[in-house]
Amino acid sequence: MICHNMKHHNKKFRSTTLSFARPLTVFVFGLALLCADALAQGGELRFCLRAEPKTFDPLKVDDDASGAIRYLTGGVLIRENRQTQQLEPGLALSWKVSTDGREISFHLRSGVNFSDGTPFSAEDVAYTMQQVMDPSLHSTTGDSFRSGTGSVETKVISPTQISIRFPAPVAGLAALFDQVAVMSAHSPKKEMAVLGPFMVGEYKPGASIDLKRNPYYWKTDQQGHKLPYLDSIHLDIQPNRDVELLRFKKGELDLINSLDSEYFDKLSSSSPQVVHDAGPSLDSEQLWFNEVAKSPIPAYKKAWFRSTAFRRAISTAINRDDLSRIVYHGHAQPAFGPFSPANKFWFNANLKPPVYSAETALKTLQGEGFRIENGTLKDKDGNEVVFSIITNAGNKQRERMAVLIQDDLQKIGIHVNVVTLDFPSLIERMTQTFDYEAIILGLTNVDLDPNNEMNVWLSSSENHQWNPAQKTPETAWEAEIDRLMRLQASAVDPNKRKEAFDRVQEIAVEQQPFIFLINKNALSAVSTSVRGAAPVILWPQTYWNAEWLTVQQ
Amino acid sequence: MSLWHKIACVVLAMVIVASLAANWLAPEGYAHQYREATDARPSRVHWLGTDELGRDRFARVLYGTRISLLLAPAAALLSTLLAALVGGIAGYLGGAWKRAAMAVTDLFLSLPWLFLLITARALLPLNVSPLLSVLVTFLLLGLLGWASAARVLCASAASLRGSDFVRQARAAGVNGRGLFWIHVLPNLKPVLFAQFWISIPVFILSEANLGILGLGVAEPMPSWGSLLKELEGLVSVGEEPWKFVPLILLVIVVTSFQILLSRQQEVAA
Repeated sequence: MICHNMKHHNKKFRSTTLSFARPLTVFVFGLALLCADALAQGGELRFCLRAEPKTFDPLKVDDDASGAIRYLTGGVLIRENRQTQQLEPGLALSWKVSTDGREISFHLRSGVNFSDGTPFSAEDVAYTMQQVMDPSLHSTTGDSFRSGTGSVETKVISPTQISIRFPAPVAGLAALFDQVAVMSAHSPKKEMAVLGPFMVGEYKPGASIDLKRNPYYWKTDQQGHKLPYLDSIHLDIQPNRDVELLRFKKGELDLINSLDSEYFDKLSSSSPQVVHDAGPSLDSEQLWFNEVAKSPIPAYKKAWFRSTAFRRAISTAINRDDLSRIVYHGHAQPAFGPFSPANKFWFNANLKPPVYSAETALKTLQGEGFRIENGTLKDKDGNEVVFSIITNAGNKQRERMAVLIQDDLQKIGIHVNVVTLDFPSLIERMTQTFDYEAIILGLTNVDLDPNNEMNVWLSSSENHQWNPAQKTPETAWEAEIDRLMRLQASAVDPNKRKEAFDRVQEIAVEQQPFIFLINKNALSAVSTSVRGAAPVILWPQTYWNAEWLTVQQ
Repeated sequence: MSLWHKIACVVLAMVIVASLAANWLAPEGYAHQYREATDARPSRVHWLGTDELGRDRFARVLYGTRISLLLAPAAALLSTLLAALVGGIAGYLGGAWKRAAMAVTDLFLSLPWLFLLITARALLPLNVSPLLSVLVTFLLLGLLGWASAARVLCASAASLRGSDFVRQARAAGVNGRGLFWIHVLPNLKPVLFAQFWISIPVFILSEANLGILGLGVAEPMPSWGSLLKELEGLVSVGEEPWKFVPLILLVIVVTSFQILLSRQQEVAA
């Protein structure tokens, strides 16, 4: 009886258990699906653009705000991973650059569609490249590919294979495709049909842009979930950094992509978990002297400024550690030379760190015939060493650096007048009238490849700031830099290119046409509600992996 | 002399003496950078702390007081005199003279001063010593700031022209020039003084704004205007009230002068 009862009990237990197990299993499974779904529905990311985008056409981008839209909506063949600084497959599964550096062949992903459902194929890549290289479009993206005269040839081998041939070798060819968002050759929506993780939803001029998830985006995560996780991105147009900071503190924004050191410290004192210092960025601040022969400054001053020993002495007399510590509150590093150590491949690691020594600076100047009389430095002809440093008004860091440098140079008897000018006036003096003596400005580098600085280092270039648009190089070292820059631009082997550019960096440090002062750190702020953020030094520092981010509401 | 007048006298005397004694009260000067103590709080060594470059704020307030106390009133005096000349005479003469003078004044007021100041900066040499930059700045302010006061003075002078005492003086044989200098101008004093006092704080703040155009007092020389710019960081000032000292000093000095001035007017009356 007991056994029967036990049997009966057991049977009853099993049937009871089973009767609960099924719905429980269904419930747990459903819950798991919901969680996965919740993971896929990643909320809305909110941040600011500092200006109105000038265009949504990815081929015409030449401002930061338009670049942000392109980055978030554009599909590219090759993507430079902002964290590892390595190239990764995008819409191209693989690529091959020819040995002469003139041709690149792509094997493309299949089954990919634009955001309006139009199929993507090699024809779209061919169309995009023809548009980019069309001189009438004046595309700055295309300028990077223009290493010689002639037109680009595209050969569509199959819907997933294409080769592109350029009239001359293009240095760093593969990396340049990170900036080329592929456009559809067939879609009636033109540039609004995109291949990136997001697409433009609503645009309110002067106010905001809403990006929504691209339902046709090709990428998935390892579990097979479609990316992006985020439902949308809301971009407010807000040029005022104080307002941006206040809104972030109030929780109205989820991230600030680029933060000043002053705001960084204010934020970190109240919310240390939201601020990120990713270390030295690619950006630099520098001082240079006017070396233009036809400039309207006295001849004896031109002689000083064109003297390598003078420039090296000034460089040695500047305390860069104090500039980093006092002006940037420690969120900057003394600059070595043209490239920041953050540029892992291209930075010349053999460069010695800059030295600060007022005594050495004075000795160097004394070797050139300068002497101290009653606390004032005079040149060999008895002219007092007095010059002005101009910088743009409103940039507090540059103004403060100028005053610190004024104090540093006072210690070796040089009297500096600091003048802050409105930006248009400053640019006019720098590029048109050449009516200035010394200037402090900065370089914002968004690209790792030195080819993007051809327009700075070539002596014939308009942006060769200290002495632009030379018909022929006026000095032997500028001629050598010209030769080396052209060499690295035409070489295909990255090691040969690096060898040439390493030498450019050495010459730049020897000759000091730019007295590089500091490399700012990449500072940003990300709300704790954002998951997956990993701020880096390359632009866009905080949302470079936007497709992987989620926001907990 | 009332208590308030005595207090005003004492306050002004203290401020003036302190600014003149800056060399002894702050022997390191306004430019010395204590680089290991930047943005420091007030202490025994730095009574008002240090600024973002480590310069002693108390020293900069003292030396800045000299500059602002001397030159802002000088610029205000210049603009008031010009206003009296143009507006006062135009109002007194009336008719076509008044219309012409006011047309010139209106034209002056409508000119785009931002672009003219940018042009002025372009014409000035870059290598100007801080002292010369101070003189140029306040001279510009004085030369530019007369127009709005001129309209007020013109209206006042016009109303005085028709007053009984002026008619009496004219009937007594006082001629035009004498009438203006002896009878009209002294009665414009209240308006002149009011314009003068209004202009001083305006010029102090304007000097700070001119820095954006490359005009203004050049670094490292301080002025009340450049010291007041520290108040721009509104988020942190609540925690650093010592940064308000230049503003408090400005209010105290201007108020003291006005109290003393009202005393003078009482005596004159």
